[in-house]
Amino acid sequence: MIEIAIHKKLKAATGEMLLDINTTIEQGSLVTLYGKSGVGKTTILRILSGLLKPEKGKIIVNGTTWLDTEKGINLKPQKRKVGFVFQDYALFPNMTVKENLQYALNKGENSKIVDNLIQIIELDELQNRKPETLSGGQKQRVALARALVQKPSILMLDEPLSALDSEIRFKLQQYIIKVHKEFKLTTILISHDVSEIIRMSDTLFEIEHGKIIRRGKPNEVFKYKELNAKFQFTGDLIEIEKQDFLYILTIRIGKDLVKVVADESEGKMLTVGDKILVASKAFNPVIHKIS
Amino acid sequence: MIDWSPLILTFKLAVITTFLLLLISIPLAYWLAYTKLKIKPIIETLVSMPLVLPPTVIGFYLLIAFSPSNSFGEWLHEFLGLQLVFSFEGLIIASIIYSLPFMVHPIQSGLSNLPASFLDASSVLGKSNLNTLFKVLLPNIKPSLLTGIVLAFAHTIGEFGVVLMIGGNIPGKTKVASIAIYDEVEALNYATANTYSLILFALSFCILLTVYLINGGYLKQIYK
Repeated sequence: MIEIAIHKKLKAATGEMLLDINTTIEQGSLVTLYGKSGVGKTTILRILSGLLKPEKGKIIVNGTTWLDTEKGINLKPQKRKVGFVFQDYALFPNMTVKENLQYALNKGENSKIVDNLIQIIELDELQNRKPETLSGGQKQRVALARALVQKPSILMLDEPLSALDSEIRFKLQQYIIKVHKEFKLTTILISHDVSEIIRMSDTLFEIEHGKIIRRGKPNEVFKYKELNAKFQFTGDLIEIEKQDFLYILTIRIGKDLVKVVADESEGKMLTVGDKILVASKAFNPVIHKIS
Repeated sequence: MIDWSPLILTFKLAVITTFLLLLISIPLAYWLAYTKLKIKPIIETLVSMPLVLPPTVIGFYLLIAFSPSNSFGEWLHEFLGLQLVFSFEGLIIASIIYSLPFMVHPIQSGLSNLPASFLDASSVLGKSNLNTLFKVLLPNIKPSLLTGIVLAFAHTIGEFGVVLMIGGNIPGKTKVASIAIYDEVEALNYATANTYSLILFALSFCILLTVYLINGGYLKQIYK
């Protein structure tokens, strides 16, 4: 169990913002932080990993106090057992893939875990290459492997998949789920992608203006469970066209554009840019606004 | 036959100065690159002063400071046995101050241009800042280190005003090549002055060319 209570003033684009998070995270769960850019998601991860100090706060991880500003406790990032996958991967260009992983070992530690990770994350063929020669997805895998060498109690991923195309994305989601289970990790992930969140996470925190505004299972938060659909997709609403008393919605789902008919009440509720769930029961698609 | 001793002295001065500068500049540049203290601009200005000040100004103040007739110079002489005015040791200290920006600036900008996530990532992986500096940061700014070393070296070879002020013109001790040239011209020995000048010219050209070849990646292309 991870108990988090943090207060920090942030300078956001919209002026000063108070980051005020007070929550718990179950051991072994996969949590997603969801929200617009600049609401403090990355800051939360940086505070958890010790890279940033909040003005006031307390972080207790499985009974160990990492941070308690009242008692003056603030463990350095080196002493906290966290794995962090950075948005820009932060692979060290002067080392090969294998050396990047070995760098994370403690002095004199057995390097078995490195070989083990190279196998699990299928880096065999890449292990002697320098990071600059790798593609985005490959770099991502190396960064993931490197973050696991220290056997962290929390794995944090800062928008790990946002820069990748949908195919590689899907594969990497599988890797993350795989290591999450295999290493019995508590994983915290930042993501904007609704389908990714629904596929991967147990718990969702929606963050707005430095505060958690909704939390729960992704399907509860996005409120689509009651639809009981046969198949469903999420996408972005690109265009609304009014034709007589019907509305025609153009929705981007993955790489495809889909046109769906909506009735007047649905059409009036929606605006371009909304995230939308399209589900189908038998023949008529059902649409539902998620955010 | 020309007297080689000014050239050898110049070379010796440049090697020692560059080596000591490297030791001083790495921590200084690291501090400047990462500090958030408000005093930073003041330190940056001090480091950069030799770029704009006439060398004679630096030389003059060092001469005053090191002179045994004032208390700091006297203290140096009594407790450390150092006489820094008109001596080779004094030249080294003056050269270090005079060439400091040429070493610090490339290293500092090299460090600042590395992604901030390198330091963060290394900390999260459990490594101390010192470990990160030597295993991650410095190996990734090799071109900046090379630029710093070569510029400091070349600049020390070329200095004149500071050396003249603090070192004087003592053969074998403080008479470096640039001063020897001045000396020969004064004595109307244009041929000797020309020889010294030509050697310095060729040497500087070769040193700078090497830097541009290495940092521009031309050598790698040839070897490929």
